[in-house]
Amino acid sequence: MLKSKTFVKKTRKGGVLKVVREHYLRDDIWCGSAACGGCPQDRPVLEAEPEIDSTLCGFPHYLIPDTNVVLHQMDVLADSAIRNVIILQTVQQEVRHRSGTTYQRLRDQSNNADKHFYVFTNEHHRETYTEREQGESSNDYNDRVIRVATRWYNKHLQENRKDGDTPKVKVVLLTNDRENREKAQKEGLLAYTVHQYVKALKGNPELVDRLAQVDMGESTDSDIKNEATGRVLFPEHLPLSQLQTGIKSGRYLQGSFMASRENYLEANVLVHGDDSRSIFIQGHAHLNRAVNEDVVAIEMLPEDQWKCPSSMVLQDKDGDEETSEPDLGSPKGRSNAIPSGRVVGVIKRNWRPYCGVLQPSGIKEATRHLFMPAERKIPKIRIETRQAESLQGQRIVVSIDGWPRNSRYPKGHFVRKLGEVGDKDTENEVLLLEHDVPHQPFSQAVLNCLPSTPWGITKEDLACREDLRDIPICSVDPPGCTDIDDALHYVEKPNGNIEVGVHIADVTHFIRPNTALDQEAANRGNTVYLCDKRIDMVPELLSSNICSLRGKEERFAFSCIWEMTKDADIVSTRFCKSVICSKAALTYAEAQMMIDDKNRNDPVTVGLRGLNALAKILKKRRIDAGALTLASIEVRFHVDSETHDPIDLETKELRETNSMVEEFMLLANISVAKKILSDFPSCAMLRRHPQPPPSNYDILIKAGKSKGVDIETDTSKALAVSLDQATIPGHPYFNTLLRIISTRCMMQALYFCSGTLPESDYFHYGLATPIYTHFTSPIRRYSDIIVHRLLAVCINADKSYPDLLDKYKSQALCNNLNFRHKMAQYAGRASVELHTQLFFKNKVTEEEGFVLFVRKNAVQVLIPKFGFEGTIFLKSQDGRGEDSPFVFNEEESSQTAGEVKLRMFDRVVVQITVETSHIQHQKLRIRLVKPQVPGFTVPPVDTSNSAEPPVKKVKT
Amino acid sequence: MAGLEIISDQGYRIDGRRSSELRKVCARMGVFTQADGSAYIEQGNTKALATVYGPHEVRKGRGKIQHDRAVVNCQFSMATFSTGERKSRPKGDRRSQEMSMHLRQTFEAVIVTELFPRSQIDIYVQILQADGGNYCACVNAATLAVIDAGIPMKDYVCACTAGFIQDSPLLDISYVEESAGAPFLTVAMMPKSEQIVLLEMNSRLHADNMEKVLDLATQGCKDVFAVLDRHVRDHVSESHALMTAS
Repeated sequence: MLKSKTFVKKTRKGGVLKVVREHYLRDDIWCGSAACGGCPQDRPVLEAEPEIDSTLCGFPHYLIPDTNVVLHQMDVLADSAIRNVIILQTVQQEVRHRSGTTYQRLRDQSNNADKHFYVFTNEHHRETYTEREQGESSNDYNDRVIRVATRWYNKHLQENRKDGDTPKVKVVLLTNDRENREKAQKEGLLAYTVHQYVKALKGNPELVDRLAQVDMGESTDSDIKNEATGRVLFPEHLPLSQLQTGIKSGRYLQGSFMASRENYLEANVLVHGDDSRSIFIQGHAHLNRAVNEDVVAIEMLPEDQWKCPSSMVLQDKDGDEETSEPDLGSPKGRSNAIPSGRVVGVIKRNWRPYCGVLQPSGIKEATRHLFMPAERKIPKIRIETRQAESLQGQRIVVSIDGWPRNSRYPKGHFVRKLGEVGDKDTENEVLLLEHDVPHQPFSQAVLNCLPSTPWGITKEDLACREDLRDIPICSVDPPGCTDIDDALHYVEKPNGNIEVGVHIADVTHFIRPNTALDQEAANRGNTVYLCDKRIDMVPELLSSNICSLRGKEERFAFSCIWEMTKDADIVSTRFCKSVICSKAALTYAEAQMMIDDKNRNDPVTVGLRGLNALAKILKKRRIDAGALTLASIEVRFHVDSETHDPIDLETKELRETNSMVEEFMLLANISVAKKILSDFPSCAMLRRHPQPPPSNYDILIKAGKSKGVDIETDTSKALAVSLDQATIPGHPYFNTLLRIISTRCMMQALYFCSGTLPESDYFHYGLATPIYTHFTSPIRRYSDIIVHRLLAVCINADKSYPDLLDKYKSQALCNNLNFRHKMAQYAGRASVELHTQLFFKNKVTEEEGFVLFVRKNAVQVLIPKFGFEGTIFLKSQDGRGEDSPFVFNEEESSQTAGEVKLRMFDRVVVQITVETSHIQHQKLRIRLVKPQVPGFTVPPVDTSNSAEPPVKKVKT
Repeated sequence: MAGLEIISDQGYRIDGRRSSELRKVCARMGVFTQADGSAYIEQGNTKALATVYGPHEVRKGRGKIQHDRAVVNCQFSMATFSTGERKSRPKGDRRSQEMSMHLRQTFEAVIVTELFPRSQIDIYVQILQADGGNYCACVNAATLAVIDAGIPMKDYVCACTAGFIQDSPLLDISYVEESAGAPFLTVAMMPKSEQIVLLEMNSRLHADNMEKVLDLATQGCKDVFAVLDRHVRDHVSESHALMTAS
């Protein structure tokens, strides 16, 4: 046993508790260098002859970065040019403490064999361990520890050279801290700033752009200029210790910062630990450099300074630094004021690399540029680059480095180039990156887990599965669907009851726990559907072939079979693994035709009719229980088969068969949820949908009132009933609009692990069922895979494994799935938006729309035909808008111009064009045509003269 | 980032040990002269003191007398100064009672009680400083004390903990590691025959991992045995040297 004898006491004061820990020092920690002949190590990480071409360090050397270098310059360190780096444990731990994401990236680097990053456990090494001196600050101590380790490395490598002829390897300390550097140089160590080091590298000019603009002691010329103006734009952030005491004493509140999409000067902070509480923040100084998703500390403003949201749509237009703040909400509307606060400090930054474009600069040779992120919630970022010209019209990725008090915008640096703006692949890439969707091709390790083709069913497989190949099973899906994961059957039993079966693709037969394939799928979480692309969760061989329940092919399934009475009362439920052979893979339309065709009487058709009848009973029962039917408009693009540009779009049609399949899927999910919860009370993966807080419905109630309709929102049942009754003669679309608005009031449905919540919280509000899970789409959702595994254990068809039964791991997985699910939805919507833009390119269209919301300077209009929402600006953006004919009435939320009054739900006609004047940020422009307001509306287009020839519908 | 990293990518734990390394064990036997046997042990920062009285006639309640063997009476206590915050009650709480009972069961199994019918053996253990693995330190200290008292045992009984934290089995877990909330096993065994005398698991551990953890704990008990045995031999030869010298 190797164990060194020395140990020291470490005390840590938090509260008044004294913690004593042992600290063993070892003599078996090797240096990790191949150039060392002294350490008996197996596989040295660092190369014996590290080569990097530099004017500053023309000799072979290893790098030791200090903590701040790692934290701020990760993009440089991650570059393939930088290799042979020693990461000290001290540095690694501090990085871990300060930023989770950077730590993760650092770990990725050390796991990448090509990068030759070696983590040296210096604090447990006998010779590099350093005791903290009395009165030494932790920063000074860490710096000293780093210097000691550097010195040790230099000495060690010199003394233990393998043989005489190998070149001497030196160690270079990278630190941007001047004091540390000077001390190191005094001790005879080689120490440089990252900037010095990177600028001296030969052959890697683009690396300079990636340097983060954090100035530690030394500032570049331009910064001095900026400082010369001496203007401080923001109040200081309080130090963390002060924030923590403030939060503890209740003076400050901690929460996540959510910037407003519509108005860049407004944000909400969701207070942690109290989900329903949200504090409003308004204005530059109050926002105080917080960026979307940061964890911030806020201070409440006294009640007489509370503001109300300006109900104004505001975009940060101008690039100049000294923007005066437009007059936001009027303090007059005191009654509407909501709890407001100001940001006093940032507890944790949640910055990530952002996609966007460079704002064109007036001066050609300028190196300082403004970057406009694609996400509107993110402020513009100032970056420094020499290649601005080549970046014009390109989508690029930029990281934020910091936000000094005297700068209007955060400072950042260029990370990489994605491609041309407007190019479909680039734009797709942007939206995948922006929504953090893992979309790299599957790795070899993952592909190795796939079964070999041709794949067939063996006797052993049949022995442990029920043979359901003779039963008339069929599947019903949208047209063009290749990943069919559910199929149904209906058979009448001799005793007068009915056997109904739902058969789900048995994906877990192929995806075994803890394989590379499983881990990849767990990370991806779900399949992401874009308009023209599908990002699979599992490789295509599984998703579209072996697992997909294609017609007339034998497949493995996980079946849920009920015996029901004719009135759809369940007599018994059973689950089994089976082999099925689907008789037909139908589309919704085909199935509907078969049901309606009186002349057909084959088993499949009879089954479909039976299912349809049962589904109607089930649906009625569900709605009586208070399930909500909400509306959202989904569109489908018809895509040109050659250019892949959208030619036409139609809203998705709902047929009876859609709802038929849905009913049985819901029933299967509920049955499975009950089963897994009864067998695994503490680790079942379920799905819940919390009831929204009453305040969420304010907007809906107000909307209803404006048309004289009362909406009750006490329970889901009451809401469902009042939505059903809310109709206005002559306004057929009113009801749908109301349902669209109520959809916005809802909370997100979430996956969770049953052991982590009280049973009363399992409720699914939208479906009005006490318990729910996802079982029916294992090809495209990972949650279903877990549920399949749990259910397989319940029926003794499979073994459990440790992680499946660990509720904390399960919950961590749920959190990832929830995040991926949300992101997949957003990505899908963004993709529709992108295609809508492409669709309207080069044409002028007029369409009917409805006013959805009325804001102070704009109205938001929904265009049902295309299923999107647009904003018509009624006033210029600074909100003064004397030139506008419209007058805003906040009480009844209307905009009046002369005779014309725009209110919620009003029908309007709008003209849609793509605004191309601003090439960087193309967007749809919507202008009012009807009702006419002189001097504001645009004349209707003469359709016969339209430049666009009538579009042919192309079915794909 | 919240939480401590219990084991680093490089395989070092918070205090610098590797996953299968024990803490430093120091032991002394015969620390008190008035008791029949006594021992003091340090396992890292966990420190325990054990004293043994007996075998002697049964005191306090003659009803306990066993006619075929000796009764073993154990008492566990924790010094008020043994933890970070001063303890209000050194013994008698549920946790101590449970610990006393476990100790009694352990030692009834290994002491050859049949040799001393109608008598009683008292084992008193006190934790002077607690830093994880209290039960183990008690068992190991008591073993040494029983040996010091010259009471015959079937074998040494050695105890060790092994946890399963962040997907890797860890030996001899310290207080910080215990606080991570992961499952851990406490094993007391007779190292030569590998017979388990006591096995305690504090929370759920999947059966697939159980074997790995138990193997590690077994190895740990054997390592503890090696250390204890060396101490006993040193102690005996020292005493022998003293006796022959005088």
